[in-house]
Amino acid sequence: MITELGHFALILAFSLSIVQMIVPMIGVKYRLGNWINLSSALATFQFLFTFISFVALMNAFITSDFSVKLVFKNSHSLKPMLYKVSGTWGNHEGSMLLWVLILTFFGFLVAVFGTNLRSDFKARVLSVQSAIGVCFFAFILFTSNPFQRYDIVPFNGQDLNPLLQDPGLAFHPPFLYMGYVGLSMSFSFAIAALMEGRVDAIWARWVRPWALMAWTFLTVGIAMGSWWAYYELGWGGWWFWDPVENASFMPWLISGALLHSAIVLEKREILKNWTILLAILAFSFSLIGTFIVRSGIITSVHAFANDPTRGIFILIILFIATGGALILFAVQSHKIKSNNTFSLVSRESALVLNNLLLMVSAFVVFIGTLWPLFADLFFDKKLSVGAPFFDLAFTPFFIIIAIILPVGSSLAWKRGNFNRSMTALWPAMIFGIVIGSAIWVLQTGGRMMAPIGISLATWLICGAVADLWSRAQAKTIKSKIKRILNFHRSDFGKLFAHSGLGITIFGIAAITAWEIEDIRVVKEGENFNVGSYNFLFQGVTTGSEKNYLVTRGDFLVKKNGEEIARMYPEKRFYPVARMWTTEASIDQSITRDLYIVIGEKQDDESWSVRTYIKPFANWIWFGALVMALGGLLSISDRRLRFSAGAPRKKMSSRYE
Amino acid sequence: MNKLLDVCKILFVSICLFSYPITVLSVESNEILSDPELEERARAISKNLRCLVCRNENIDDSNAELAKDLRLLVRERLAIGETNKEITNYVVSRYGEYVLLMPRFNWLNWFLWLCGPIMLILGFIVVIWSFKNKSKTNDFSLSEKERQRIKELLKD
Repeated sequence: MITELGHFALILAFSLSIVQMIVPMIGVKYRLGNWINLSSALATFQFLFTFISFVALMNAFITSDFSVKLVFKNSHSLKPMLYKVSGTWGNHEGSMLLWVLILTFFGFLVAVFGTNLRSDFKARVLSVQSAIGVCFFAFILFTSNPFQRYDIVPFNGQDLNPLLQDPGLAFHPPFLYMGYVGLSMSFSFAIAALMEGRVDAIWARWVRPWALMAWTFLTVGIAMGSWWAYYELGWGGWWFWDPVENASFMPWLISGALLHSAIVLEKREILKNWTILLAILAFSFSLIGTFIVRSGIITSVHAFANDPTRGIFILIILFIATGGALILFAVQSHKIKSNNTFSLVSRESALVLNNLLLMVSAFVVFIGTLWPLFADLFFDKKLSVGAPFFDLAFTPFFIIIAIILPVGSSLAWKRGNFNRSMTALWPAMIFGIVIGSAIWVLQTGGRMMAPIGISLATWLICGAVADLWSRAQAKTIKSKIKRILNFHRSDFGKLFAHSGLGITIFGIAAITAWEIEDIRVVKEGENFNVGSYNFLFQGVTTGSEKNYLVTRGDFLVKKNGEEIARMYPEKRFYPVARMWTTEASIDQSITRDLYIVIGEKQDDESWSVRTYIKPFANWIWFGALVMALGGLLSISDRRLRFSAGAPRKKMSSRYE
Repeated sequence: MNKLLDVCKILFVSICLFSYPITVLSVESNEILSDPELEERARAISKNLRCLVCRNENIDDSNAELAKDLRLLVRERLAIGETNKEITNYVVSRYGEYVLLMPRFNWLNWFLWLCGPIMLILGFIVVIWSFKNKSKTNDFSLSEKERQRIKELLKD
């Protein structure tokens, strides 16, 4: 009954979204106040019904109602509660329902908090948002209905893929979707602005937080996915340039560009058209990402050919949204003019360069991801484009970004002075180069990855700090600190985001260059050395947990004769899904991770064991968290709050 | 009754256990070459070779039997003294270019390799062009119409 209610609520929400797409738009055209004012209520109820529908589906999962096809296919009564809940979105149909839930939630937020928006503009934004909603509601109802029932109820479910039964992955999709769908909001704002043919300061003030929020959630989502791969897949890889990863990475790069150009627009009222174009592209790439993940076209062209309805449906949505938006852009963009100028050496120029480099790197990822498909379709050639390609073709652009970032971000607006900016930055640069060369001299083996990566990381982190420090103009250190504490939150946001990038680059460089690997077979009671660590293998125990069987190794780790850790790598067998998973045991610390995986039992009672020492592994994800914190700080800056009319704190130092 | 259920469960589980192929770890200890230099070369070659039955995995990271065969093949060839290039070419001649994770630079793939630099250069041209355009439109001198209007105003 509750399931049917959910189904009905979903259809209601679909109908409301059709009304909202059309009625307020007509209201704006013919100046019908009542028609325009309908939009806030419509957005609210759309969200409410989608929410009911989502809760109904979640209820089916929690109560293990196997008469619902989706629950039967993706759940099992013995599964822990957490994964019953996360099973709601751990599958195609449910994840699309989560997608529209977030979409309508954002529409609801605009409806409630958009009091400072002109009512006709707000109606337009919500109509565009609803148009996207219509597409996805239709997609769910006609091709991927989560509420289908069986006539004869199965006894138990088929279980969620065991690889997905993991806290890291359970919350990875919601974060990514918040990011993807957050970009729909800046898209809707862009389209509404194009329809009106004008862009003002309020517009920028609204678009920037959405872009920031989307970027922040994407950062966290991507980091979670990468962390999951690191400990779950069994050899400690953390990024594979897999099409599915690229699908989230491209919107991350473009939303990064978008939030920077929105800063320029907000501060200087230039780059208006460019920002609009980026907003359109950012959401288009979200859709492309959805298409790649949901259609399965990249993994296998045949998987797509077997069931093309879903893929083609998303492709049509993509064409309507992107094509329509770009045509509108071509027709209307000339109306939007930016009149301020800036000199070649200025923050504006630096941000244009940042945008260019981010877009080019996103483009490289895009071409690389789709190239095998392209070669197959048009030249009948079977090709692979994998990690070695991306490492080589993508990295140079990010190195350039890292080199120019500290300089660009410390230049003044309008007309900068390169020499003056550099006075503050010289120490950071010299420090970076010194550290890099020291590493180059000290390390054995000729990998350039570590020296280059680590000097860049140092340059980024120290550059960000030096920039903040030099902006506090005071004589004594104490008064300088006092000044800095009065800076805006978005300045700390900048500090954290940029140095977070540095931290991540440091982690990547260190783990890539200095990882130690050891593969061997050991008998119970044997010990072996890896790096400066001694591992004693104390045997294996077996047991059974709620929904899996486990084989658990026991290792005692010593360094310089002192015990530092006990490690228990596991192999799990999930009988329902009939799948094995490896659970690496990881001993984490700031400077290194010890990483053990246990493999097969050999004929002579010994076990194969892989051990890794992964230097500075945590820094990769810690850096991402610092970046995300930077994003949050920037969003929470008073000046960016949605309620722009709120009283402002007196500004103690103006220095942008 | 409960006991019976448990027994059934255990029976079921053990059937599953024995009927299911047990995972093999990627690179296994008995595969590793004793000469560290050769082993390092084997790893470098493997990084660029795709496990043909997997999804976007190189043969070092893969658990599949086929990947293991390829790893052994690479090492056999290294042992008889072939160069990295010869080995890669040999694998490609057997399995096609699909096996390469880093596509070759040729008549088809040139755009894949050069798309980044091409875009960057195009982007630069567009930026500089619009920058120049901008400084032109921001000419603050008066247009003919404005001059006329000022004249009219000054007449009064």
